[in-house]
Amino acid sequence: MGVEGIGARVLRKEDKRFITGKGRYTDDHNVQGQHYAVFVRSPHAYAKIKKINIKNAMKMPGIVGIFDGKQLTGDGIGNIICGWMVHSKDGSPMNMGAWSALATEYVRYVGDAVAVVVGETLAQAQAAAEAVDVDYKVLKGVVSAEEAMASGAPQLHPEAANNIIFDWEIGDEAATDAAFESAANVVEIDIRNNRLVPNPMEPRAALAQYDAAEDHFTLHTTSQNPHVARLVLSAFYQVAPENKLRVIAPDVGGGFGAKIYIYPEEIVCLWAAKKAGVEAIKWTADRGEAFLTDAHGRDHVSKARMAFDANNKIVGLKVETLANLGAYMSLFSSSVPTYLYATLLSGQYNIPNIHANVKTVYTNTVPVDAYRGAGRPEATYLVERMMTTAARQLGIDPAELRRTNFVREFPHQTPVIMCYDAGDFDASLDAAMKASDYANFGKRKAKSEKKGMMRGIGMSCYIEACGIAPSAAVGSLGAGVGLWESAEVRVNPVGTVEVLTGSHSHGQGHETTFAQLVSDRFGLPSENIQIVHGDTDKVQFGMGTYGSRSGAVGMSAIEKALDKVEAKAKKIAAHMLEAAEGDIEIKDGEVSVKGTDKKLGWHEVCLGAYTGHNLPEGMEPGLKEGAFYDPTNFTFPAGCYICEVEIDPNTGVTSIEQFVAADDFGKIINPMIVEGQVHGGLAQGIGQALMENATYDADGQLLAASYMDYQMPRAADLPNFQVSTTETLCPGNPLGIKGCGEAGAIGSPPAVINAITDALGHNELAMPATPQNVWAAVQAGGMKDAAE
Amino acid sequence: MAKVEMTVNGRSVAADVEDRTLLVEFLREGRNLTGTHVGCDTSQCGACVVHVDGKAVKSCTMLAAQASGSEVTTIEGLAGNGALHPMQEAFRDNHGLQCGFCTPGMIMSAVDMVNRLGPKLDEATIRSELEGNICRCTGYHNIVKSIAAGAKTMGKGMKKAAE
Repeated sequence: MGVEGIGARVLRKEDKRFITGKGRYTDDHNVQGQHYAVFVRSPHAYAKIKKINIKNAMKMPGIVGIFDGKQLTGDGIGNIICGWMVHSKDGSPMNMGAWSALATEYVRYVGDAVAVVVGETLAQAQAAAEAVDVDYKVLKGVVSAEEAMASGAPQLHPEAANNIIFDWEIGDEAATDAAFESAANVVEIDIRNNRLVPNPMEPRAALAQYDAAEDHFTLHTTSQNPHVARLVLSAFYQVAPENKLRVIAPDVGGGFGAKIYIYPEEIVCLWAAKKAGVEAIKWTADRGEAFLTDAHGRDHVSKARMAFDANNKIVGLKVETLANLGAYMSLFSSSVPTYLYATLLSGQYNIPNIHANVKTVYTNTVPVDAYRGAGRPEATYLVERMMTTAARQLGIDPAELRRTNFVREFPHQTPVIMCYDAGDFDASLDAAMKASDYANFGKRKAKSEKKGMMRGIGMSCYIEACGIAPSAAVGSLGAGVGLWESAEVRVNPVGTVEVLTGSHSHGQGHETTFAQLVSDRFGLPSENIQIVHGDTDKVQFGMGTYGSRSGAVGMSAIEKALDKVEAKAKKIAAHMLEAAEGDIEIKDGEVSVKGTDKKLGWHEVCLGAYTGHNLPEGMEPGLKEGAFYDPTNFTFPAGCYICEVEIDPNTGVTSIEQFVAADDFGKIINPMIVEGQVHGGLAQGIGQALMENATYDADGQLLAASYMDYQMPRAADLPNFQVSTTETLCPGNPLGIKGCGEAGAIGSPPAVINAITDALGHNELAMPATPQNVWAAVQAGGMKDAAE
Repeated sequence: MAKVEMTVNGRSVAADVEDRTLLVEFLREGRNLTGTHVGCDTSQCGACVVHVDGKAVKSCTMLAAQASGSEVTTIEGLAGNGALHPMQEAFRDNHGLQCGFCTPGMIMSAVDMVNRLGPKLDEATIRSELEGNICRCTGYHNIVKSIAAGAKTMGKGMKKAAE
């Protein structure tokens, strides 16, 4: 194939509008008659709403309405739901408490919306929101998961006794216990996976329009999955029936999971537009609101034990995890610490027995849901810190211990649901060790020590599950939706092509990579191909983009539709050229009869399809095909990351001296874009490892609620990354794709922490490894040395 | 109300605005120049960087009234007429952007960096000079590459102009 097909480093088609300031994000859209919404939010972590006094606020200039939760529920707007049912180990369904888009009786976290003010200008609405007087009875709240389960803790939802949402398990506990009985060695770790704020650079926004004549709504919003948003807004929240609601997710400035969910603000803006009798309402989060309302990520506390036989083969793994889900159950919150987490606890290893128990609890904090990696970073952090800790305790090289236990035969059924279909874990480990010059680390360490610095190296061999997911399989596990994807390929009479996809691009470059599939198939230049996404009026349906699914699932749907287009085009060409269908070849924009000089231009065949003058007997005119693709299995990207750090023992400042990534993503459509995805994932993973921490105080105030308080990596905090790939094709989808969007964030935190603990010479280090934490760990190490 | 008069992307504009109107609001809402973005409330992220009298300024931190009498250039006016500035081109050629939201501010900061420090920028300088711009997508790797490449091309242009 030519320069724009599969595997080519094609520059991005979408870039021109972004580099010239012509991107069109939600807040860039303005319409006639637009009003502004400002939310009145709880300043308390937990309180009873006694009274909301809007009298003064309503008198202020430009205010057309102030609405509260009682009016919202009174109008039949449904509660926000979690769409994935998880059952406790005793068989009982999860204990989901009610979540109204505007609080009715209680507020349960700082930032919980109490009322909405609609004004003619933003400044007027802001001023009136300040004047809304909410009388609260402040209650004692609870912030950490451990405290929420303690006896005497405040009870947040009547449905959830002791704040426990579910107490779930996976694996065979008796068999795992038995394996521990006969083990030669047992290694234990206690770890905490720090709470993170996803922080896409574009804050969430909604522009809700209401057409009273048609009783029709249009919502522009910052969504990773506009069709799911429409479905949920319609079927569950009763905002409007689907045929009366158009959802458009235009250019979206990053998502990372935070823009999957349907939040109170979108619901309220739609409802309030009709209620207030205005044509449109716009709401755009400021960054403080984003910190207080975007779903957070991670926040696990775990205890793990791993058992080894005398040959250092793993014989069992037992895990107990406590996951903090915040004040309410967000859309996919229940699946993250269960089916997206514990099913990956086998890592890259042959582990015959695994048992995990996961308890999830309510606290007075922002709801927690999927953030880049979603469960898999938590699993990888646990397994890979365990492997390095075990290697140290067993006195063998960390790479050697991993190799001793690698899965090498596929398919491989783990004891925790997943069946790995393909992989070569030695290959990525070899590649990463070579690229990092692992063998000569000792020399570099000695050099650092001469300068009075500490140096460490750490690795992480991750595996994750993408391409979510076979609909029947996830349905059987409690998912409320199917996780297929759809595509439609429309060939125009002049031979140009439009691909309508249910995937959504918010930085991933679909307009380029999806076009590469068409280019590859028919030999068309990419300027003749248009990718259409993000509008429920244009694309029939789609499940959207998250879980690194747009390659493995979204592109597979396009491939299926392309198969149908190709088959029909060949039939038409065979008829026009009076040849056998099997002899027709489509290449470089030409349709020819193999082994002859008989040929037509691609555009001639397309035009023929639309004139209908000379079609095979009984064939419908036109050249447009659609497909739904439902995956047969998850896909399993895997790889090895190696991090090398230097630590200043006097300040605790850690500098990343090199970071090497060797990933196996299966087939790669555009290496440039894949590398970019890895870079970005690594930055977020290193951010988690070194600095990011959504810290609450004891009263439930989010202390890290601005860019001055929540530290995210800046350019000077990161090195240049050395990334490379190895390839085993995924047997489960037509292209052999595995997915690359989350790997960097999944695999990197344990590599960083393993490197730092290597430098420290002990394992006592909490994530994030801020200078303060590292300095304290250096001191603790020194004291330990002195005591010995 | 404040009366402001300024040149925006080569055109003179005048308006009466509320005193508290920020330059970024004036550009986005008053002039429909939506390429300048707002990513935070605390002057940390740099998505709103524009040039005021040739210098990079976070337009969320300046009142429109303070910019009165100035020449303002936004991302839309950096090259103009469908052409691309070498720094814009470099971001595209080096995959220096993903979601595109921080990109206008990154490019405006990068051009300012070259204007101040010259076209020979090493990696450490670029990284440290990007202190006021946050990107959540790229891990900065390709942004640093883009700026180095864009600076080099700008340098050739400067040399040519000098000759």
